[in-house]
Amino acid sequence: MSHTIDEIEKKVIAIIAEQAMLDVQDVTAKSTLEEIGIDSLGVVESIFSIEEEFDISVPFNANEPEKSDFDISTVGSIANAIFGLLSEKPA
Amino acid sequence: MKRVVITGAGTINARGHTVSDTLEAMREGRCGIRDLDIRDVDRLAVKIGGQDIDYDEHSHFNRQQIALYDRFTQFAILSAGQAIAQAGLEFSGSLAARSGVVLGTSGGGLSTQDENYRVVYEEGKNRVHPFVVPKLMNNAAASHVSMQWNLKGPSFTVATACASSNHAMGQAFMMIRSGMADVMVTGGSEAMLCFGGVKAWEGLRVMSKDACRPFSATRNGMVQGEGAGVFVFEEMTRAKARGAEILAEVIGFAMTSDAEDIVMPSRQGAARAIKGAMQDAGIDRSAVGYINAHGTGTAANDKTECAAVADAFGPHADRLMISSTKSMHGHLIGGTGAVELLACIMALRDGVIAPTIGYEEHDPECALDVVPNEARDAKVDVVLSNAFAFGGLNAVLALRGV
Repeated sequence: MSHTIDEIEKKVIAIIAEQAMLDVQDVTAKSTLEEIGIDSLGVVESIFSIEEEFDISVPFNANEPEKSDFDISTVGSIANAIFGLLSEKPA
Repeated sequence: MKRVVITGAGTINARGHTVSDTLEAMREGRCGIRDLDIRDVDRLAVKIGGQDIDYDEHSHFNRQQIALYDRFTQFAILSAGQAIAQAGLEFSGSLAARSGVVLGTSGGGLSTQDENYRVVYEEGKNRVHPFVVPKLMNNAAASHVSMQWNLKGPSFTVATACASSNHAMGQAFMMIRSGMADVMVTGGSEAMLCFGGVKAWEGLRVMSKDACRPFSATRNGMVQGEGAGVFVFEEMTRAKARGAEILAEVIGFAMTSDAEDIVMPSRQGAARAIKGAMQDAGIDRSAVGYINAHGTGTAANDKTECAAVADAFGPHADRLMISSTKSMHGHLIGGTGAVELLACIMALRDGVIAPTIGYEEHDPECALDVVPNEARDAKVDVVLSNAFAFGGLNAVLALRGV
């Protein structure tokens, strides 16, 4: 199953909105997790939801988030990172 | 108030099956963290731990005992046996009635749960061994210790995650100090290194995949360990009257709650516990020469703990030593404070400060003397042992040399 970047972004917005307890229209690709109120525990839970949704394994250690190739700075960057992981995945 | 001394110590952990082996390993800075040897390890992302791979239950216990003793109970019994033998006590009559056991654990018989969930869910069987409940219950270790040594006074189990042992030993201390008991067997035990026990921690994404490096700028998480530490706490005049060898005096204890966050530690909560223990001991902060740190090797704990120590000690924070032996034996969760108390006793008795091994790079947020990589000779009079649990529950003990 291949996903377009738009599809991925839509799913990520839904996951992040649910995590932040917001309506999907209040979350955009430019939103940062911090500004919509997702703390470090929320980040870990969001990544779990993303792994479950896309059946991928996200490299992320909460002790050194900056060292991860998985860029969580915005909703859009998360979608791009998922797109990258999905394209590396064996078909 | 009565005074409380330690007259016996016992342990089993990844670094040794006796106190002397463990202390030798700590002096030499030997690491007990290695590749895990457990079922389905290939399905884990975290494949290391302070596992006691040399341990064979059959060399210590018979078939009937193994049917009832989870690994955490086995560790507690073996450690209690060493401690009580060193104390030279036999419990009968009025002494038995005034002696008890308080042990810490977080997971209790987690391996037993893990194995039996496999049986019913994975293997689809509809029958489990009849002793699953008495084997997995968190108080099994304390109860078996009470039965084996005839301890008939106050006995129970304390579960406050990573602070369980310190909370347990604090209870034992307060009971003797207040006159409720004369002798308490106390400490903690943990045996969580099974597939489910590691997988659960893996989910939180705070685990290191390579090493536990407390206070180092390069630290990348905690590493689980397993084992037990058990001590004999005794009312001081009683211990002196019978000529017992005294390992150290327990002089203070404090516990606080952060009331903030279920996983993130609080500087204020930790600092209040540290200050409380010194206040309870009636000592000036300048008396403290060494702190056995909680020092988990996570980004959050280590910087928060160092800030709390700076808060509690002011300028004296730069003159004391603080080290984390978790770098060698891993994080024993509910048993960790007990094994770490051995490093406190070594500091007081032998004048040897256990190192923080794996230390690679200075972190300005952990700018204390963390005794990097090599043990150090130093004379200290008073030491503290820190434990700060998930859930924001903190427990700090203060010990003095004799």
